[in-house]
Amino acid sequence: MDIKDIIRPENRVYKKSDLLYDTTFNFCPGCGHGTIVRLIAEVVQEMGIEHEVIGISPIGCSVLLYDFFRFDVINASHGRAAAAATALKRVMPDRYIFSYQGDGDIAAIGTSETIHTCNRGENITIFFINNAIYGMTGGQMAPTTLTGMKTSTTPGGRLTQESGFPLHFTEMLASLDGTYYATRQAVHTPAAVRKAKKAIRLSLENQKLERGTSVVEFVSNCNSGWRMEPVASNQWMEEHMFPVFPLGDIKCEGKLIQRS
Amino acid sequence: MTEEIIIAGFGGQGVLSMGKMLAYSAIMQHLEACWMPAYGPEMRGGTCNVMVSISHDKISSPVLRCFDTAIILNQPSMDKFESAVKPGGVLMYDPNGITRTPTRKDIRIFAVSATEEATRMNEPRIFNMIVLGAYLSVKPFLGLDHVVEGLRKSLPPRNHKLIPLNEKALRVGMGLITQP
Amino acid sequence: MKGNEALAEAAIRTGVDAFFGYPITPQSEVLEYLLQEDAQKRTGMVVLQTESETASINMVYGAACAGRRAMTSSSSPGISLMSEGISYLAGAELPGVIVNVARGGPGLGTIQPAQSDYFQATKAPGHGDFRQLVLAPASVQEMADFIPLAFDLAFKYRNPVMILSDGVIGQMMEKVYLPEPRPRMTEFPEWATIGKKPGKERKRITSLNLIPLEHEKHNQKLQAKYRQMEAEEIRYEEYLCQDAEYIMVAYGASARIASRAVEMARAKGIRVGLFRPVTLFPFPAPQIEALSLRVKGFLSIEMSAGQMIEDIRLAVGKNQRVEHFGRYGGLVHVPEEILEAFERFYMEPHGH
Repeated sequence: MDIKDIIRPENRVYKKSDLLYDTTFNFCPGCGHGTIVRLIAEVVQEMGIEHEVIGISPIGCSVLLYDFFRFDVINASHGRAAAAATALKRVMPDRYIFSYQGDGDIAAIGTSETIHTCNRGENITIFFINNAIYGMTGGQMAPTTLTGMKTSTTPGGRLTQESGFPLHFTEMLASLDGTYYATRQAVHTPAAVRKAKKAIRLSLENQKLERGTSVVEFVSNCNSGWRMEPVASNQWMEEHMFPVFPLGDIKCEGKLIQRS
Repeated sequence: MTEEIIIAGFGGQGVLSMGKMLAYSAIMQHLEACWMPAYGPEMRGGTCNVMVSISHDKISSPVLRCFDTAIILNQPSMDKFESAVKPGGVLMYDPNGITRTPTRKDIRIFAVSATEEATRMNEPRIFNMIVLGAYLSVKPFLGLDHVVEGLRKSLPPRNHKLIPLNEKALRVGMGLITQP
Repeated sequence: MKGNEALAEAAIRTGVDAFFGYPITPQSEVLEYLLQEDAQKRTGMVVLQTESETASINMVYGAACAGRRAMTSSSSPGISLMSEGISYLAGAELPGVIVNVARGGPGLGTIQPAQSDYFQATKAPGHGDFRQLVLAPASVQEMADFIPLAFDLAFKYRNPVMILSDGVIGQMMEKVYLPEPRPRMTEFPEWATIGKKPGKERKRITSLNLIPLEHEKHNQKLQAKYRQMEAEEIRYEEYLCQDAEYIMVAYGASARIASRAVEMARAKGIRVGLFRPVTLFPFPAPQIEALSLRVKGFLSIEMSAGQMIEDIRLAVGKNQRVEHFGRYGGLVHVPEEILEAFERFYMEPHGH
């Protein structure tokens, strides 16, 4: 059988979203970013809102988001995506505004802007990708780096007495009255991807309710930064990241979820 | 005509609002006016002053060293600004709380017992309007109708009910001056 | 009206779409006025008290991406916090208006007036090779007039524009004629990210370019804009310069105070004129150079230890003497001491 007999429309089981340019992602092979970007494009397409959405890219691995999405995207300065999102939403309340930020961008340098944006209950969506490390600058400690975890700036492993504790940023944001929805997802298995996609959709639909900010954290891998093979990095993530950053909803419809 | 005034006293004595009224009154009379406050924490209880320039012409400098008139409401301001009155100028002060009276011979000095009058009227807060009335009598270049208009402009609407009382105080102040 | 209030009222009347600000003396009246006057109700203008000046300038960036007329206002320490955002505006070629009602520094310094942010405004408002247009109002009237002007320039050049005022001009009250109301924009520039139009390509706004050759080109384009500003946007005012033998150069509040010193000198028969740069970038260097060919000397008057004097010296070259007189650290000179300084430099034999 020739390969052309296989690549036929009736055999197609998967198609890349029309809202992604036919370009190569700058993410390392095996990294979760690519999956999350794809899911956002799919949700925007399924909701039919590509003419009403404006995305904001951060500083970090995902700075070049605007070259992937086939809808309007701006780049904000380091950590200030939430401030830019606030302004975009305030001057265009009928638009869907989302920011896409890594752990350094949102939970270190952008702490203030993010907290106050959630506290004002801006009707925007924040996607927060937590891989416990600074990927683009070459693997330094992030606020979410696990205790004992080795990075280029914690060569002996993160010591809490030196560098503090892994920051539970989404829980912090969830505790604010302006935050309407907060959830923690992952994209390392097909089942997780399906759940994550639902969370993305809900977080965008929430904007029309005008009830406050929606935050979706993705616990993700950084196989390059962690110095692991992609599969091993996902296993390591399940074993080490999930106990510290457990998956699931943290706040729904403005109410904190009680966890056992 | 150019008249350059400094009003100085404690914060809370209505120093800035007196200056504001003068400036508004001048504008009501189609003159040019500039109001330049000393701003900052000293406004809240410390010494406080405002420079007001009124002229037929465009006002050049909002910040001045010498003045045609100094209106002095406390001792520290007396110490600071007695020497800032131009020769032949006017120094007007409320003797209440003044321990060292002015000594210059080359200026016209008026002691206006405004605090005393205001206490007699049982309206201590309007003592600054009495001083202002006295000033208007010494330097009669602003019409009282324009001053009342200026008062209306400088007071927030919720305080417009106080305009008749203020006008009365202005008249009391004007009556305190007996021209030599 | 106070200078700060006139500026705020002008913003409402000019159809400004968004103001983001954080309180700081001596400019807090701007934010207070906009909220007390209910600008949102009057024109639909967005007015937001932010959590920091960093947030303010990045909100200006966000609203500017949507093609809106967006502005912020602050005073010196707050402007330092905005440096990063101003650089991003310039890099991404976005219009925005930043008001600095300057106070004395360095550090927390003082809340009293100063002009010690001249270098920051004209030379280094942020990192990278860029310039912002700088307008220096010298009256309450100009505080109002420069808002529509600043937005026209910001959109003409897609570049940040700073109104560099000071505590004197911001706090003082004068008669003011407010600008004619302008409607808010209903159509937005083609580059604005307001949602992809059907059948059109998507928009992206960024200041990043990882390809050095392309980024050099981008920088060359920016530089060409700055040269165009120098050719087209110089603004200045001359007072009694026609027959002057000496020129005082001053902007903002200093210009007002110096104008009195000029009058005092004239009364003594000394032929002094005042040259007031209205734009600090572009600096009216050609005009000052022309003056330098026919006068005997210049005196730069600033509420700083001497910053603008560097631009005057560049313009004058070796043609003439240029001296500086300034009070600083929150002190404001009075006309008498300006005249005394002038006479010390130029009237006494072998002055100095």
